[in-house]
Amino acid sequence: MSAIAVERPRERYVEGVKRGTGRVALFVVVLGSLWGLWEGYRSLWIHQGWTWPFVVDNTTMPHIHDIFAALGRPSQTGGPLLGTLLWHAALFTAKEAAVGFALGAVVGFALGVLPAHSKLAQRGLLPYVVASQTVPILAIAPIVVIYLGSLQVTAWVSVAVIAAYLTFFPVTISTLRGLTSADRRALELMRSYATGPWQVLWKLRVPSALPYIFTALKVSATASVVGAIIGEAPSSIQNGLGGEIVVFNQYYTLDPTKLWATNVVAALLGIIFFLVVVVAEKLVVRRAPEHVA
Amino acid sequence: MSVVDVSGVSKTFTGGTNALQGIELTIEPGEFVSLIGPSGCGKSTLLRIMGDLIEPSSGDVVVNGKTARRARIDRDYGIVFQDPVLYDWRTVAKNIALPLELAGWDRRRRAARIRDMLNLVELNGFADHHPWQLSGGMQQRVSIARALSFDPALLLMDEPFGALDEMTRERLNNQLLEIWARSGSTVVFVTHSIAEAVFLSTRVVIMSPRPGRISSVIPNDLPQPRTAATREEPRFFELVTQVRDALHLGADVDRQPEAAEARL
Amino acid sequence: MTSGAPVAVQPLPRGGLGRLVGRRLTNWTPAVVVLVATLAIWQEAIDLFHIKKFLLPQPWTIATTFWDERRELLSAGWLTFQEAFGGFAIGCGVAILVALALARWRRVGEALMPYAIAANAVPIIAFAPIADAWFSPFSKSSKMAIAAVLCFFPVLVNTLRGLTSVRPESLELMHSYAASQIEIFRRVRVPTALPFVFTALKIATVLSMIGAIVAQYFGGSFNDLGVLINSRSQTFAYKEAWAGIFVACLYGIAFYIAVAFVERLALRWQPSTSD
Repeated sequence: MSAIAVERPRERYVEGVKRGTGRVALFVVVLGSLWGLWEGYRSLWIHQGWTWPFVVDNTTMPHIHDIFAALGRPSQTGGPLLGTLLWHAALFTAKEAAVGFALGAVVGFALGVLPAHSKLAQRGLLPYVVASQTVPILAIAPIVVIYLGSLQVTAWVSVAVIAAYLTFFPVTISTLRGLTSADRRALELMRSYATGPWQVLWKLRVPSALPYIFTALKVSATASVVGAIIGEAPSSIQNGLGGEIVVFNQYYTLDPTKLWATNVVAALLGIIFFLVVVVAEKLVVRRAPEHVA
Repeated sequence: MSVVDVSGVSKTFTGGTNALQGIELTIEPGEFVSLIGPSGCGKSTLLRIMGDLIEPSSGDVVVNGKTARRARIDRDYGIVFQDPVLYDWRTVAKNIALPLELAGWDRRRRAARIRDMLNLVELNGFADHHPWQLSGGMQQRVSIARALSFDPALLLMDEPFGALDEMTRERLNNQLLEIWARSGSTVVFVTHSIAEAVFLSTRVVIMSPRPGRISSVIPNDLPQPRTAATREEPRFFELVTQVRDALHLGADVDRQPEAAEARL
Repeated sequence: MTSGAPVAVQPLPRGGLGRLVGRRLTNWTPAVVVLVATLAIWQEAIDLFHIKKFLLPQPWTIATTFWDERRELLSAGWLTFQEAFGGFAIGCGVAILVALALARWRRVGEALMPYAIAANAVPIIAFAPIADAWFSPFSKSSKMAIAAVLCFFPVLVNTLRGLTSVRPESLELMHSYAASQIEIFRRVRVPTALPFVFTALKIATVLSMIGAIVAQYFGGSFNDLGVLINSRSQTFAYKEAWAGIFVACLYGIAFYIAVAFVERLALRWQPSTSD
């Protein structure tokens, strides 16, 4: 007991710094070993002349430092730096993904609320919510863009719609699971207050569903970026990362580092979207961590 | 030779909680010892130290003349938790067979033992049920059968009936005494029900918190075999009062330094 | 796990379609009604609102197109399914092995978990052109590689979560029997993890199909389904493109149901699957 009376905030601070340093060190170690694995694999396969599972050379696996150096070189003769070009492309794709994410999250939530209240809706709708994900939406991306284009919708909005289609599914499933997860005793308490269904939804079910919904939003954040990138490619939209991937893919044998650099940027964009949701979750869900699959 | 010999055992958890201090306790073969006390008195910790699930910070535990660790590896004891901890993917019979499988018994011997055990806990006909198809009391009986299946010399029970309703609990208490009489094993039983401790044990060990220690030991001379009628006997009530007073005494001793601390 | 009263009905089906397999007919009725109604509305609405038929053909048109070209479509779908399945098997297999290793060496697992989750946030499909450069664009390997990587992370994360979500009392029980690490894995960790693994495997079926089809967009042999859909829609042959999409769904749903069926067999002990 007396040990607690003599709180030592300084020690705690030191502890925190130690843990922080440990994390940074681990981060460096992980990045370092990934780099080491890449270069090690490269040189081993090149020197031994191994060709399984694929031939290793400067085209298939460029040096990591060459990939990053490519960002500082002009994207084409007389053009802007590749880094600048990709920065603007990433912003464009981020816009599509963010709009698609918002749209998908809202629709996904709405689709989850209905079956949470009715078994009938659950049985009628849920199989199709699942089946909808087997539709290769990316294959019909051009059709979507042309169709929405005929309704005077700008192309990038069409891509956002495609991103939304990939976004809504996890949100629907988790919303449904979360809304039905509310503690039965808490529901009975609400009933004892003679609360209407609408209030039960907002005051009890939604708060208890939040951890589930955020788990889904983390999945969706990535899905929306995937949707935006892949939606651009077949829709002949040139301004985003998907467009750049198509372009640099055509020149891959000439300069593979450009495609690699574009993919690195795409990967970072996906991780940033994910991290934004993680931070939002930390701010919104201020509760003991729950067991959410 | 005593079954359990605890000497000078203390336990301090990382973080500084002084869970147990200077515990001395010897348990003879065939005894039924209850550990009772308010929450935080370290009774579950003591039970886990006897079973080598937790290591003491200092002191020694000898079980059947061996270290607790050796005794665990020799499978000298069975354990029953408050939660039955049955595996949903196994049937009742298979749950009971788990320790037997780990001990390498062959199929025929296992089947015979499962039959005996189901008989013992009166769950004939439930062999092929899954745990979630049983009531809480039945689940706990399965977990007792599992603990007894390999004839452990020592049965460690951590509030096994704590989550059950009063009527189920009394019925299971009666059954447990019958099982104990038939199996002849030694039992250490953690509880916070005074009536349960008095009804079941041959000795009640009273513990008090901060730091966790044994504050008194009350021998229980209620005659065996005990039945539902035992609960109505004057001696039963006398012992209940005695245990309750001992618990309050421990609690009062505890409260004074706390009050002093608050004033500081 | 074992909470007092028997749990008869779980509020939410773990995977809509999968739970429907083998359900009683009455449970199917709402789904069938919705299907018929949707098809009817779709069929009529296109005439009513003068939606451009070449973009969104009527279901009947798609059905007849499918029937006329069924041989070509189904064999293209079969080829794509092989790629998806190969990737699925490799990706899930490796993921489960890695998860087992990380669960065995917990400290390493805990330290690396955030990186696995972050890697899961990488839009892997964007790497399809590179997979084509590694392997030949016309080989199955490049599609399998993308499908495998897509499956890898969700299965890894879920399996690891399942393997490590064993309750402490369960472990204490096994310790009291002096059970070895291998026995604890075999008898406790793996059975506890199975429901998590199957949830991930069902997600992986869908991912592997999407991976295979999208990877084909950047290059694939001409009898691949993705190439077929893509070339048809570029030549404005939307009827045929939609029939191709229909076939993709068909294979996707069949794959999903197959895994859901295996799940039912493997998890027969679960209260929710044996009602």
